[in-house]
Amino acid sequence: MAIQRNMDPKKCPMPSQDPNVRNKNFEEVALGYTYEMAVNEARRCLNCKNKPCVSACPVAIDIPAFIERVANEDMKGAFEIISRSSSLPAVCGRVCPQETQCEGKCVRGIKGEPVGIGRLERFVADWHREHSTEAPKMPEQNGHKVAIIGAGPSGLTAAGDLAKMGYKVTIFEALHLAGGVLVYGIPEFRLPKVIVQKEIDNLKAIGVDIETNMVIGKVLTIDELFEMGYEAVFIGSGAGLPRFMNIPGESLKGVYSANEYLTRINLMKAYKPDSKTPIKHSKNVAVVGGGNVAMDAARCAKRLGAENVYIVYRRGMEELPARKEEVEHAMEEGIIFKTLTNPVEVLGDEDGMVRGMKCVEMELGEPDASGRRRPIVKEGSEFELECDTMIMSIGTSPNPLIRSTTPGLDTNKHGCIITEEETGLTSREGVYAGGDAVTGAATVILAMGAGKQAAKAIDEYIKNK
Amino acid sequence: MFKIVKKEHLNPTVAKMVIEAPLIAKKAEPGQFIIFRAKEDSERIPLTVADYDREAGTVTIIYQIVGAGTMELDTLKEGDCLHDFVGPLGTPSHVEGLKKVAVVGGGVGCAIAYPVAKKLHELGAEVHSVVGFRNKDLVILEDEFNAVSDKVCMMTDDGSYGEKGLVTNALEKLINDGNQYDEVIAIGPLVMMKFVCQLTKKYNIKTVVSMNPIMIDGTGMCGGCRLTVGGETKFACVDGPDFDGHLVDFDEAMHRGTMYKDFEQHAREAECNLLNKEVK
Repeated sequence: MAIQRNMDPKKCPMPSQDPNVRNKNFEEVALGYTYEMAVNEARRCLNCKNKPCVSACPVAIDIPAFIERVANEDMKGAFEIISRSSSLPAVCGRVCPQETQCEGKCVRGIKGEPVGIGRLERFVADWHREHSTEAPKMPEQNGHKVAIIGAGPSGLTAAGDLAKMGYKVTIFEALHLAGGVLVYGIPEFRLPKVIVQKEIDNLKAIGVDIETNMVIGKVLTIDELFEMGYEAVFIGSGAGLPRFMNIPGESLKGVYSANEYLTRINLMKAYKPDSKTPIKHSKNVAVVGGGNVAMDAARCAKRLGAENVYIVYRRGMEELPARKEEVEHAMEEGIIFKTLTNPVEVLGDEDGMVRGMKCVEMELGEPDASGRRRPIVKEGSEFELECDTMIMSIGTSPNPLIRSTTPGLDTNKHGCIITEEETGLTSREGVYAGGDAVTGAATVILAMGAGKQAAKAIDEYIKNK
Repeated sequence: MFKIVKKEHLNPTVAKMVIEAPLIAKKAEPGQFIIFRAKEDSERIPLTVADYDREAGTVTIIYQIVGAGTMELDTLKEGDCLHDFVGPLGTPSHVEGLKKVAVVGGGVGCAIAYPVAKKLHELGAEVHSVVGFRNKDLVILEDEFNAVSDKVCMMTDDGSYGEKGLVTNALEKLINDGNQYDEVIAIGPLVMMKFVCQLTKKYNIKTVVSMNPIMIDGTGMCGGCRLTVGGETKFACVDGPDFDGHLVDFDEAMHRGTMYKDFEQHAREAECNLLNKEVK
């Protein structure tokens, strides 16, 4: 039956909590489409032949096909199509930068707004979680064992794909909880942890074993994993040590890395009144950096009761690396953007607590190697910004534990593992890698894409052995 | 789950637990640490490994009951399980090639100094152990130190046991008596390590200290455990916990250690109240 296309040039807006309510709680900001909204939005898709959206998806979900099912109110069918390509649809529907991927290529975006692909993906995944009673089917085992290091987005994806092919997969996770950045980094209000847990439970149901509290490189080396009978190893150990600016005062009390601040709040639940993990309840917070992690940290600080939360970024609004949606959400919630500003010193009081930040104003000069206009200090522009907490969110360098204990594993000068682009193969036979451990800090979906590629390559490697 | 196969109180505020953790026991070396969570909602608490038995598959931890976390740990009994136990983390102490070493331990820090002294002894080094406690009631591991040391100097602040005085008094005397140490290894409260380092700097003796800053993941992710060592930012969890004591900025480390003093005080009181209620 032909469906009636919806020619509205605009996307159906996402119902959300009111900014002045949500900036005081940790519940999810975006509430999700209703059934009617989803069907209506799906009918905006033209189901065009070229499918530019699919080629822009790192895991190549057959987007028009699943949307067509939604338009026809076949939610189960839609979910089946998505899950052929993605192991974590409820997560990706929430945190993928769709505007630069699938939606960025959507034909409807030429003369209006693109189809809300991410919102539809989220709807389908949530609908399935709430309505499906079928337990995931245990795939037929092929008798081969694969070890995955790290239960973050790349590791979970590789594990899911390999398990579906019949491999016996064990994930070794260093923390006490699986999920990686999905549980320690991304806050509850952007990605509720019950959703992550459900996706992980689904992997367990298809036979994936997850061993927590296992720091590979310490308790077991990669060579020992091979001795234990694993035929291939995938390293998805993620981002590592936070970077600091190396300016005076960074060791004052009240200076956090974004990793520490977010880990306390998300993994250790410091936002809950009965949590056993302390977190500073601040009055004025300066978050240094302009990425998604900086937005998360700023929005957490606001929710913990801070009066003024600043994003301090050395380039301009246009250059902010964070997703536009995250920046908009932060602004709605009252986060103050101090762009073209760079800290030069953290100031402390007599107790060694942060009392402010000495900053300089910047202006943009000629483009640098990254193609972005280089920020230059404005002469005589020094000023003080009052704050009692400073959160450094200027990136990370990859975790050293595995490269320092795995002979023959080549890394580049930044410490990132060197891999073949198409397969994720490292300099060691049978050892594959992907995600932030390879690329440095990037996105969840890129890590998932890498996990997917590696799973395919591992399957070919083991079959041809 | 990690079973507590043995629990013993060494003094009124210090207890020892032997934990079933075969994989960690196989790899642990002196100087490394573990992180445990007593229960499902507990904090992650780092503790340096006090001993290990590779054959029995056990790791020993010794803890001082100081805050809410260790009070909660202490509610667990033999046969109970720790919810999480991860390690061995950090880099092992470098003890190879040392011929004559003074091992200085202060208070519960002796629990960490002991495996280092033991390893040195096993490697054939001459070990002089200088151990200090506030008073006689708080003395721990005396027999253990005697068994692995060529000389033991027992010090108490009030003179109620051994000699009256600080570990630095005893160490200085040993040095002045003509003992030439390849290295001094000092493990104890920050202030003790700071003064040991001041002393050994005067005599130009290389000194290694074990740092235990505030930490969350312990695997090189959160950056909470950073220290300034020789003017550079270092992370205790992956670069340490052992550092060249003459390069460590102790004053900064002491400052940073007080970050959550109020919260900890409050949590401790809450835990006390909770335990009292359970007793009643």
